[in-house]
Amino acid sequence: MAKPKLALYWAASCGGCEIAVLDIHEKILDVDRAFDIVFWPVAMDFKYDAVRAMEDRTIDLCLFNGSIRNSENAEIAHLMRAKSKTLVAFGSCALEGGIPGLANLTTRDEIWGYVYKGSPSTVTQNGGTYPQTHSAMPEGAIHIPEMWNTVKSLDQVVDVDYYIPGCPPQPDQIWSVVEYILSGKPLPPAGSILGAGDKTCCDECTRERKEKKLTKFYRPFEIETDPAVCLLDQGIVCMGPATRSGCGALCTKANVPCRGCYGPPPNVTDQGAKMLSALSSVIDAHDPAEIEAILDQIADPMGTFYRFSLAHSILRRVQKS
Amino acid sequence: MRQITIDPITRLEGHGKIDIFLNEDGEVANTYFQIPELRGFEQFCVGRPVEELPRITTRICGVCPEAHHMASAKACDAVFHVDPPPTAKKLRQLLYNVFFAGDHTTHFYALGGPDFIVGPTAPASERNILGVVRKVGLEVGGKVIEMRRRTQEVLKVLGGKQTHQVTSLPGGVSKGITAEEAKKIEEHCVWFVEFGRFTVQAFHDIVLKNKEYVDLILSEAFTSKTYSMGLVDENNRVNFYDGKVRIVDPSGNEFAKYSPADYLENVSEHVENWTYLKFPFLKNVGWKGMVEGQESGVYRATPLSRLNASDGMPTPLAQAEYENMYQTLGGKPVHATLATHWARVIELLCAAEKALELSRDPEITGTHIRNIPTETPTEGVGIVEAPRGTLTHHYATDAKGIVTKVNLIVGTTNNYAAISMSINKAARGLIRRGTPVTEGALNMIEMAFRAYDPCFGCATHTIPGRMPLVVRIREANGELLEEVRR
Repeated sequence: MAKPKLALYWAASCGGCEIAVLDIHEKILDVDRAFDIVFWPVAMDFKYDAVRAMEDRTIDLCLFNGSIRNSENAEIAHLMRAKSKTLVAFGSCALEGGIPGLANLTTRDEIWGYVYKGSPSTVTQNGGTYPQTHSAMPEGAIHIPEMWNTVKSLDQVVDVDYYIPGCPPQPDQIWSVVEYILSGKPLPPAGSILGAGDKTCCDECTRERKEKKLTKFYRPFEIETDPAVCLLDQGIVCMGPATRSGCGALCTKANVPCRGCYGPPPNVTDQGAKMLSALSSVIDAHDPAEIEAILDQIADPMGTFYRFSLAHSILRRVQKS
Repeated sequence: MRQITIDPITRLEGHGKIDIFLNEDGEVANTYFQIPELRGFEQFCVGRPVEELPRITTRICGVCPEAHHMASAKACDAVFHVDPPPTAKKLRQLLYNVFFAGDHTTHFYALGGPDFIVGPTAPASERNILGVVRKVGLEVGGKVIEMRRRTQEVLKVLGGKQTHQVTSLPGGVSKGITAEEAKKIEEHCVWFVEFGRFTVQAFHDIVLKNKEYVDLILSEAFTSKTYSMGLVDENNRVNFYDGKVRIVDPSGNEFAKYSPADYLENVSEHVENWTYLKFPFLKNVGWKGMVEGQESGVYRATPLSRLNASDGMPTPLAQAEYENMYQTLGGKPVHATLATHWARVIELLCAAEKALELSRDPEITGTHIRNIPTETPTEGVGIVEAPRGTLTHHYATDAKGIVTKVNLIVGTTNNYAAISMSINKAARGLIRRGTPVTEGALNMIEMAFRAYDPCFGCATHTIPGRMPLVVRIREANGELLEEVRR
């Protein structure tokens, strides 16, 4: 019997998801043995035209990482959707925009204005210039893709079958998904989250939680923390209560707060809203004005509560006129 | 006019694309190396609490997040005017040197090395890590995988996560190590030094004993006479984590030496509207276009540039090999782009030696690992050497430490002009009238830029050591004359 066909692709990403796949170490050889890897730009010969030439739904499994940031990302997303039976959004960026999605707090014009004109090291002539998709050079025409104003998750562009969260997904979780698929067991219902737990990050955290009532928040650099006690109980904003389990609570083990890279927990669509409600329950006040005053101590709630999920949240982006 | 498009299109949005234009005589008229992506970190980091940037800017590159984590942490220290305690600095440097050794290993064996180990004209299907293993034996392949596994293990202990580290905070680190962990790390570092020695020896045996390769390294098509940049310690020795940036001119004379805070007095960036990436240049020389020489502000920041810009290495084994390299290649500075591979294995050995030294330092298990900032945050610059070049993070904040400005000059970006020039020179050297463009010729162009270990979008890595290419040669009317692919 022919081996199932596997494809891996990266859109607007950092390459960390690819590294995470390689970090399954020698098991990558098992993947190579079990699958016919038909497309993996980072690791294999280029077969882009070969993908175009395939019949639709030829690829059995496509792991797609990276957010959708420009015209080419979108083009490849549509191509991989058409050619794949099962399309998996792999890692935070593909799932929910990831950190590149924080660009939805600003605009393309603001980004370009700063990068190509305003930055202190940039030298401009005649008022400066912006990149253009098509350039007529003396010798001929050259082109680059169009950068979008808004970063999107994969499922805002094409239909997605499954999701593997994490920034990056942890190698042991990646392997567990691959192993499951190889076992031939029936796949879970479409839309399922794979390679993660079904509780919150707090469930994996070994710190003791006493549900202390808070009147003051601190930033991570401001205080020494007790390594045995819940960071939130110590006044450090930790995204654990609003984050899906699956990473093994790596950040809190390293004495720094969770920032939510495994996405919202089960049955939660908006991670930021969930975090806000989690915080409300630990604040030692009943008067709304008092609660608000305490919450105001939190620096940058938007960029913290939606660190990885802004593009996929109910907000999606901040509107700027 | 005819147009050749070299599209290492695998990673469409991040790799870069080369267009080569031929004139009516079939000679190279010009080349364009385009970077098709921008993510906008400098703008969307504004408004974030500055202490979060070491955890946000790691996502610029998942291959070298350690470099961004460290440059960012150092910029945060400067913003808060706080100096981390000695143990914290040593823990950061230990992490950083282990990372450096691992990253250079990946490049030497998987990315750049196959050209030499398997051979520049070997079939493309052999010119990859598997070909390397076949050539040098399974045992060596096993060592490379083990090197990677061991470095990742140490990085997870010191950085909290093996990819996208989290442990550096303004004023120090969030987590120390136990005596037991230090012992284990020391064992790994002993192994890293052995691996470094082995790699230097392999470079001698495979590359330097082959006259054809040495001639190639020294050939004009692979030479660019530019300024060289690198971070040095107080004795002008190479330092990856800390020190001053030193620049030497194409003749090897010191041109500038500056503290991170003064980078804007020394480096500027030029904008072209046909690409998303800017071209840094030496401010006090000026942008004269993509040309070599003393009068051109183009500089390089690579392993070779770091060695050119220094007076030596901080560790004994690496120092011996540093002397050997300059003696063999005819003195300092060396402008042979392919000698960057030699410099890289010297740095690999240096990083391993440095890591071993740090792992044995009695202070490494100290418990005073953070100085809590007490001063009002303002503005600061952090510079480290990323494996691919000098990495500058510059932040300004309001009085509460909320970011108001970010400026980044990233490792590979330094070399954008130089890489473009190397491509141009190699293309001119190999594309001639009436000569078909061969697979081997393509690889030679690739070798010109692979020596830089380019990481565009700071994320452009192809693991097998060759960028899959499609080259189409068209007539001016668009008619396809020839297509070479692999």
